[in-house]
Amino acid sequence: MAKQNWLLLILIVLLALLPLSESRFYIFLGTDILIMGLFAVSLNLMLGYTGLVSFGQAAYFGIGAYTCALLMKKASVAFPFAFVAAPIAGAAGALVIGFFCIRLTQIYFAMLTLAFSQIVWAIVFKWNSLTGGDTGLIGINFPEYLDSSARFYYFTLGVVVLSLYLLRQIVNSPFGRMLTTIRENPERTEFIGINVKLFQLIAFMISGSFAAISGALFGIFNHSLFPDLLYWPQSAEVLIMSILGGMYSFFGPLVGAAVMLYLRMAVTSKTQYWPLIMGTILALLLFFFPGGILGFLKDLRIFAKWKR
Amino acid sequence: MFLFLIASGLSLIFGILRVLNFAHGSFYMVGAYLTYQFTSQFIQAPAHFWLAVLLSSISIAVIGGVIERLFLSRLYIREELNQLLFTYSLVMIIGDFAKIIWGTGHLSVSRPAIFKGAVQIFGQFFPEYNIFIIILGLGIAFIFWVVLNRTRWGRIIRAAALDREMLGSLGVNVKLLFTIVFTIGAWLAGLGGALVSPIAAIVPGMDVEIIINVFIVVVIGGLGSFWGTLLGALVLGQVISFGILILPRLAIVFIYVLMAVVLIIRPWGLLGRPLPR
Repeated sequence: MAKQNWLLLILIVLLALLPLSESRFYIFLGTDILIMGLFAVSLNLMLGYTGLVSFGQAAYFGIGAYTCALLMKKASVAFPFAFVAAPIAGAAGALVIGFFCIRLTQIYFAMLTLAFSQIVWAIVFKWNSLTGGDTGLIGINFPEYLDSSARFYYFTLGVVVLSLYLLRQIVNSPFGRMLTTIRENPERTEFIGINVKLFQLIAFMISGSFAAISGALFGIFNHSLFPDLLYWPQSAEVLIMSILGGMYSFFGPLVGAAVMLYLRMAVTSKTQYWPLIMGTILALLLFFFPGGILGFLKDLRIFAKWKR
Repeated sequence: MFLFLIASGLSLIFGILRVLNFAHGSFYMVGAYLTYQFTSQFIQAPAHFWLAVLLSSISIAVIGGVIERLFLSRLYIREELNQLLFTYSLVMIIGDFAKIIWGTGHLSVSRPAIFKGAVQIFGQFFPEYNIFIIILGLGIAFIFWVVLNRTRWGRIIRAAALDREMLGSLGVNVKLLFTIVFTIGAWLAGLGGALVSPIAAIVPGMDVEIIINVFIVVVIGGLGSFWGTLLGALVLGQVISFGILILPRLAIVFIYVLMAVVLIIRPWGLLGRPLPR
């Protein structure tokens, strides 16, 4: 464990040094990866740890993004307050949606989360006077003290590292262990007197609020928001990131997000057929490495030990 | 009725295989593209449209069957999520192939000559083609009902929905059965796409658009329930057309609310049955 913490510290320092490269491309990519990585990890709290397949994670991402942006733009709330409001709105949304969803299991759970996220999407899409509808919300300004890509990168890095730290504490707490127990065997967990539904609902809310944080970051990062962010392929994409990196390890989704965004950047500069390549990668992954990248590395390590 | 044709294929696949097939919309889209392709190839032949419909729906059925046999059948032992994501990867792959082959522009197919006119019913004019589709859809519904309820094959298929292991141990080739069911489901999607081609623009992105509507239909009616799918298609059609008349801005919101409400109250749909544990 200690060794892993040192590795993480080194990684964070390396990430902090990235802006020194003065390459706008890498700073941009780095910010994007951090944001989507947090989004994917938040999803994985449900997917990998609690065993709930949510197909509507984009809803909380969108709620966070629009809450922060609208408060700043329409109500001229100062940035720190608007930013803090995002996870609160995300948790509130997740509370309402989760209240209904946790009653269902498996495929029906996935379908209901999909239905709710589509409701949120449809509202955002149609409420022209507030959200700008299809034309989107443009001209979301950075507060002045964050108004350079390097500064915003540091801000994102700080927020993401802090969020991941909190999430990791949650996962390793007795509460987090309980979630894993629920994943493994919900019925037996119920028998030993645990309120399974309540735990699932809380996990849902935590996941929703961290997704909202990443959404809020995303909105400011891009200076603009479009309803497409909430449409269901977005939910599928973040699921793929989690699977790609490995859904049974904490940092898996982050790795998945990094690999996927980097590949997309590299591929789209050469060809427009990115989905084709992504689809092929995903299919190969499902057949040969169901544990994702980190799962595969773990298998290798176990295999090496076993050979000795 | 298009929704019904496509949704019944999806519902059939889910009912028997327990796989939610995202690629169903892609089958539909490629069905439409192939119809365009075939009609322009056989432009000289009489009744070229019908030939194209036949050929393209059969091609889709074959493609579906091959995909099931080669890939999907290996994933049944895994978690549901893996199957779901595999069909999603198919959406991306097929979508891009369609773009590579047919480009991104709008394509269209002209209506078959026999059904160019319009019929007058209760003082309103209806295009003949649409009437034909409604009758055809009902006909297919009837045929499926007969096959499912009155034949030996239908009994086997219904048994597979209830307990596939038991059926296997009774000496039925379940693997083959799954492939056949998937092929029929894909055929229905391809047929839906082929038949819609004269009255809708064929564009990339129609796969993602249709699949969400089809999901709503089967969820409302009941995943795996045949009459439920018909009911779901009717309900969705009504909600879309009346919703647009009354509250145009809220129509789409209302559709998803309906889906959510049905899932909350009766997750297995209006006419479906709860999944056997």
